[in-house]
Amino acid sequence: MRLRSTMAIQWTKDVDAALAQARTKNQALLLDFNAAPM
Amino acid sequence: MYPNPRVADFVTGNFVPVKIHVKEQPAAFKRFGAQWTPTLMVLDPEGKEQYRFEGYLPPEDFLAQLELGLAKSAFAHEEFAQAERRYREIVRKYPTLEAAPEAVYWAGVAKYKATGDAAALRDTAREMSQRYPASSWAKKASVWGG
Repeated sequence: MRLRSTMAIQWTKDVDAALAQARTKNQALLLDFNAAPM
Repeated sequence: MYPNPRVADFVTGNFVPVKIHVKEQPAAFKRFGAQWTPTLMVLDPEGKEQYRFEGYLPPEDFLAQLELGLAKSAFAHEEFAQAERRYREIVRKYPTLEAAPEAVYWAGVAKYKATGDAAALRDTAREMSQRYPASSWAKKASVWGG
């Protein structure tokens, strides 16, 4: 059983940059609106 | 759920992932109409929202919801064959989860949209009554006969 992901998620906080990247890569976006402890 | 390796791999492989904290970016909450945390949104590459869900989910349910989002995005872009494949894959991978009956329903609709053959809807109603008779999606499909 794997204990860790093979790929850590590379989150960004910049919505507009992510939108531009998604268009360029023709890839969907996942927005995670959260209140997790910072 | 993100420490889960399947979730991490799926997110990395299928999305441009964005984290928006309520205290850091309240304007983004307003911009997208997020009213609770966690709220997860799937946007298509043009930035149009295709799916959202609120509240914590265990990893398997979370994955199923993300896959529903991608299937709905394909459907919205009238890529009906791809949408059907995605919905069928959800049923195959998560047959006991809440996402499954919804995926059966929409797989049938996608097939109908792709082929124009009303048998797709009748078959879906039959499958729904056999596999998920207690589901609200079975009620919705019941009008199609079968």
